[in-house]
Amino acid sequence: MAGSNPNAKPMNLTLRVWRQPNHQASGQIVEYKVNEISPDMSFLEMLDVLNEDLLHKGQDPVAFDHDCREGICGSCALFINGRSHGPEKGTTTCQLHMRKFSDGETITIEPWRANAFPVNKDLSVDRSAFDRIIQAGGYVSVNTGGTPDGNEIPIPKDISDRAFEAATCIGCGACVAACKNASAMLFVSAKVSQLALLPQGQVEAQTRVENMVARMDIEGFGACSNIGSCAAECPVGISLENIAILNREFLTAKVVSNNMA
Amino acid sequence: MALNSKAPEGPLAEKWDKHKFNVKLVNPANKRKYDVIVVGTGLAGASAAASLAELGYNVKAFTYHDSPRRAHSIAAQGGVNAAKNYQNDGDSVFRLFYDTIKGGDYRSREANVYRLAQVSVNIIDQCVAQGVPFAREYGGLLANRSFGGAQVSRTFYARGQTGQQLLLGAYSALSRQIAYGKVKMYTRSELLDVVVVDGQARGIVTRNLITGETQTHAAHAVVLATGGYGNVFYLSTNAMYCNATAAWRAHKKGAYFANPCFTQIHPTCIPVSGDYQSKLTLMSESLRNDGRVWVPKTKEMAERVRNNEVKPQDVQEDDRDYFLERKYPAFGNLVPRDVASRNAKQMCDEGRGVGSTGLAVYLDFSEIIKRTSAEAVSQKYGNLFAMYEKITDENPYERPMRIYPAVHYTMGGLWVDYNLQTTIPGLYATGECNFSDHGANRLGASALMQGLADGYFVIPSTIGDYLAATPPKPVTTDHPAFAEAKAGVQARVEQLLSIKGNRTPDEFHKKLGHLMWEYCGMARNAEGLKFAKAEIAKLRKEFWQDVKVVGSGEEMNQALEKAGRVADFLELGELMVDDALDRNESCGGHFREEYATEEGEAKRDDDHYAYVAAWEYTGDNQPERLNKEELVFENVKLTQRSYK
Repeated sequence: MAGSNPNAKPMNLTLRVWRQPNHQASGQIVEYKVNEISPDMSFLEMLDVLNEDLLHKGQDPVAFDHDCREGICGSCALFINGRSHGPEKGTTTCQLHMRKFSDGETITIEPWRANAFPVNKDLSVDRSAFDRIIQAGGYVSVNTGGTPDGNEIPIPKDISDRAFEAATCIGCGACVAACKNASAMLFVSAKVSQLALLPQGQVEAQTRVENMVARMDIEGFGACSNIGSCAAECPVGISLENIAILNREFLTAKVVSNNMA
Repeated sequence: MALNSKAPEGPLAEKWDKHKFNVKLVNPANKRKYDVIVVGTGLAGASAAASLAELGYNVKAFTYHDSPRRAHSIAAQGGVNAAKNYQNDGDSVFRLFYDTIKGGDYRSREANVYRLAQVSVNIIDQCVAQGVPFAREYGGLLANRSFGGAQVSRTFYARGQTGQQLLLGAYSALSRQIAYGKVKMYTRSELLDVVVVDGQARGIVTRNLITGETQTHAAHAVVLATGGYGNVFYLSTNAMYCNATAAWRAHKKGAYFANPCFTQIHPTCIPVSGDYQSKLTLMSESLRNDGRVWVPKTKEMAERVRNNEVKPQDVQEDDRDYFLERKYPAFGNLVPRDVASRNAKQMCDEGRGVGSTGLAVYLDFSEIIKRTSAEAVSQKYGNLFAMYEKITDENPYERPMRIYPAVHYTMGGLWVDYNLQTTIPGLYATGECNFSDHGANRLGASALMQGLADGYFVIPSTIGDYLAATPPKPVTTDHPAFAEAKAGVQARVEQLLSIKGNRTPDEFHKKLGHLMWEYCGMARNAEGLKFAKAEIAKLRKEFWQDVKVVGSGEEMNQALEKAGRVADFLELGELMVDDALDRNESCGGHFREEYATEEGEAKRDDDHYAYVAAWEYTGDNQPERLNKEELVFENVKLTQRSYK
């Protein structure tokens, strides 16, 4: 035992879990009990306990995405008690610990809900729409080799720091799940503003924002109504300021654009 | 087979340039006639796939993740080394080369390591041009910090998320090539076999993890960038999906596996807290720049701390033993990882460990906080401190962190020559998947450097040498070897599903991990290794009689995926033990208790073991054959490593 909280007692919980065999099939909430859950367990370790139990009983374990369990890969994506990644602010599901829950509690666990994120199975969804948005322009067009020395272009520290903050987006999709319109504006704006802030990204700034926004619309994400649930639920604290930067970049691009489409 | 490293002759500093001139080139117009498969989209894979596509090759890239951006490179924290000498502190390509060879305890190939140091400077330029937001000074130039095993400041970083920023840079380059149609990206596709036609690698067999469909893919060459095998130990800092299957399947098709026993135990991880634990979390080595490692001076004081009678922050200076500073005054808390880990274990073995299990030492930031401020510390390490608090429920600004060594990286891997080609012609291995650059111990901030060096700068030059000698005719999956490999993969899936035993894949994995950690971990001895070998063989037999997987192969089935990976770990684990038994010396991360200096440091035997052990698969349940690549040192003098 970690000894972090010597008084913490194991908990018994009721889980209401979304089960859906595949994208085509319909799904439903199924109730399970898990017992003797240590408060020092992570939420996903609690689900491991459930899955080992189901497997022993010959039942299909609950499918969910996860990998690094350090809050950085962006794989885990659970909608817990109606909130992206659960009740703790600034935390991915894998870093949420059971000490945030209490003995006897009922916990509802669903996948992200968005048209642009179809369910693969149970709690696993298809977020390839995010990749296609990046492919539409979320890069600087440089080939390997022949680049100038890293110190050739000084970048003011505060600009570099702001670009870094935007670049820390983990692409988990919590912002989409938190938004009543299932908008991807926070995700898209984080990449747009990272590259718009840096001199390396400014060369293609106009086409980038136009193409990424167009792709976002094609993928079926909803419109942004500037309520800010996305930023409130973002596990890594991506700021709403990025959406303002995106809007500015987008308007500038439209004014000077040659793209009549 | 005689192992030819193909390292070029001539002076060290000229080898790579000379080699680039001597390798055959593929005519630019012909490049589009060649297909290259790249498996894995971490730093080594994404950079290779993007760079090869930029050159004009048709690339098919594969990942088992839902997106190429999720590869475990993303979790690397501390930084990336480069011999830029921006700090004017005496760094050079030769010094980075020397530090890496010495840090690896003289068990790596000189020519490869020198090339790595040479291209390190290009990596930084490339990443900056992609828009990677490295840390900067107020004047706008790039910032550096120092890292374990080095006395210069050459590590470039992006707070504690350097791997994330570098990977997103490589992912953006890859995404651009996907958009251009030069890379066809296959996500949620797991490699389950390598196809060899007439002795050449010609393709792979994959399983779609959503539909369960088995697919075959052909190409003129195959690059494996599938990472390391640290998860053999069950608990490690690796991500949950990290596995050895791609490398192991290639091994069984003829690729030699080099130095499998060289695993890195990282000194600064959050200690194990319970049996349910699924993985361990690293606290970046960069923390050792500012944190001081200590345990109570006496067993009695340690016991009082363990029982919460005394808070660690209230232990007087006189009652603390800053054991790394005491034993290694020159390097202090910045000794290499293997040395720091062994010393932490030694303190705990002496009964001076802390935490309720006694298996932890302190990493203390009170002095730097006093000297600067909590805010300054947060600027540097904020995300790491927050992560520590989330996991342990303790505030590291007030109370020293508890840390303990954990499996972190595997220096061993597929044997490759100077071109990064394995012993199967046409099959390449890059990044952690190969064995090439880190010897018996990897220095901090060198994994990112190697992954990107291989992918951006080495493989794009060396793969041409092979392809130029291959006719640019279209490749197909018509050859019977594809059907045969596919049938083999499907039969194995069916077999796993048909056993219907009583124990889950995780239960077998945990048991294997325990054996590996106890007998083939931080310290090893012949007796323990022999015991582990017998136990692993027994466990493997039980696995194929008693593993339990439900459902079918034609659906998303995570237990089935896991079972396949555990089956391969059970074979690789035994080879690691064999390798550790063969190597009757201590070097780097391989510490055989029988071979230690009087001061308890690793004692190498250069007369008998200055070789790469490259193991050759000879058939199911047959002993593997040992092939040796003798290591030749022309530019460094082999000495007992000293960090005192």
